[in-house]
Amino acid sequence: MKSRRILYLFLLPALALYIMFFVIPTVAALGLSFTDWNGISSNIPFVGLDNYKELLKDNIFHKSVGNNVKFTLVVLTAQTALSLVFAIFLMKNSKLNVVYRTVFFLPMVLASVSIAFIWMFTYDSNIGALNVMLGNLGLAKQSWLGNSKIAIYSLAFAQIWTHIGQVMIIFIAGLQSIPENLYEAARIEGASAWQTFRYVTWPLLIPAATIVVALTTIQSFRAFDLIFVMTDGGPAYATEIISTFLYHNAFINHRFGLASASAVILMLIIAVITYTQSKLLASQNKGM
Amino acid sequence: MSVKHEVNSAPEAESSAKVANNVKDIMKQLILALYAALILGPFMLVVMTSLKTTQELYQNPLGLPSTFHFENYAKILMEGKMPFYFKNSFIVTIISVTLIIFFASLASYAITRLDGWKSKLMYGLFTIGMMIPTQVNMIPLYLLVVKLGLNNSILGLIIIYIAFAMPFATFIMVGFMRGIPKSLIEASKIDGANEWQIYSRVVLPLSLPSVATVAIFNFVWVWNDLLFPLLFVRTDSVKTLPLAMLRFQGEYMFDFPMIFVGVVLASIPMIVTYVLLQRWFIQGLTAGSVKG
Repeated sequence: MKSRRILYLFLLPALALYIMFFVIPTVAALGLSFTDWNGISSNIPFVGLDNYKELLKDNIFHKSVGNNVKFTLVVLTAQTALSLVFAIFLMKNSKLNVVYRTVFFLPMVLASVSIAFIWMFTYDSNIGALNVMLGNLGLAKQSWLGNSKIAIYSLAFAQIWTHIGQVMIIFIAGLQSIPENLYEAARIEGASAWQTFRYVTWPLLIPAATIVVALTTIQSFRAFDLIFVMTDGGPAYATEIISTFLYHNAFINHRFGLASASAVILMLIIAVITYTQSKLLASQNKGM
Repeated sequence: MSVKHEVNSAPEAESSAKVANNVKDIMKQLILALYAALILGPFMLVVMTSLKTTQELYQNPLGLPSTFHFENYAKILMEGKMPFYFKNSFIVTIISVTLIIFFASLASYAITRLDGWKSKLMYGLFTIGMMIPTQVNMIPLYLLVVKLGLNNSILGLIIIYIAFAMPFATFIMVGFMRGIPKSLIEASKIDGANEWQIYSRVVLPLSLPSVATVAIFNFVWVWNDLLFPLLFVRTDSVKTLPLAMLRFQGEYMFDFPMIFVGVVLASIPMIVTYVLLQRWFIQGLTAGSVKG
């Protein structure tokens, strides 16, 4: 029995650091959201639900949520559709396909700061590749990050460029798990390519698609680095999303309470998505 | 097993199907090549830009540099603090990843060896962390780190990376270790091995695939991470590459050649490792994404 006590010692380093620097701050965020602390003063004013009430009325927070939803929908639609097409194209493990997969996945290993610089350069009004090419074609130049109507789409594209390879890999794994004999059966029945996709591939791909949709949605709500570096929420809050709103309120305005309240809301949004995903996956497994 | 092997189709139908297939195939290759260009094009542009003078960049933004200005690299490497930031990034990444693997594998081993509810409780406590976005705990964490005087310190960064890596690392490692046959552990116990010996000589060597996944995922994360240095580091001597590059932007005021020298230098270790270990990278980073 004595030898088993050493197992608690094995747990200790991981557990101590995790509780101290992860669990306690997480619980504290909830508590902080009921205060109006500036992070410095020794008295921490308790304000109940005031921060949440303020967020409900705060135009910039509304705008941030709206932008976040818009950003998420654009990324979700375009990235899911495009990555599925790539996955179908690159499903077989041929040498060329593996090279393509490696290239498409490449942005995933780069620092978000590097990716942000690459796209700030590409979108640059004067010397950016995009405007130079538009100019060469005789078309009007755009202010890709400076125009409040298009900035959020420019950012969404950079986000897709970064993550599409990863989503594609999940789809490829899903596609490769579909048994070959089902395709054979479909061919013997004389099914067209579309019918094969609709009645064989798609139903069996739904678990992978569920993971992709949940992952993409969570990634889009968690997005921070690219937007922070490229636009910092501007111009005029046109690209402010929940995470940048939170950062600005905490570290620029020193409104730690209000920022924590928006963090709790972000956590709830993500919890709902995760819960829905696990329920959907469970019901799909039962159905099979 | 392709359509070609069908015997009952008439010759004309077969040839028109072949044409249609060829058209489809060309379309497919075209789409793939275009997208590959959209990934690789910006990379090549970055490398070319890093070898231009600023003046040349404005005269000829997309073309090749007339002469390769390697002195841009010399300037950053000799005059700037780049080698210093490199060193910081290396130290933080290597120590963090090593300790993440050591602590997480020890804890995961304990979780698989403890009985019923204790094991479940510990596993639940660690893995629930995967659902919490960093933005949620970063505010209290910031206040705590400052209070403890761990801001502006390499040690502080390492401790935070270890803490934040635990949910995913234990999730992957416990999952893997549960698949190791119990009989192996029982056999080593009969041979008189203690828990440390079972962990270090039996379970850990058998868990290497999960160690690789955890190592790669965290290597990429720590090397590239901006958020924690942004929150906790002010002094130059502690900055890691991503934060240093962000400050570059201020220092060089959108001097893209200089900024891209930094991007190229900071990306080289990662890209080289990625190309060498691509299968492991793709697997590790994708396992990491499915976590939440």
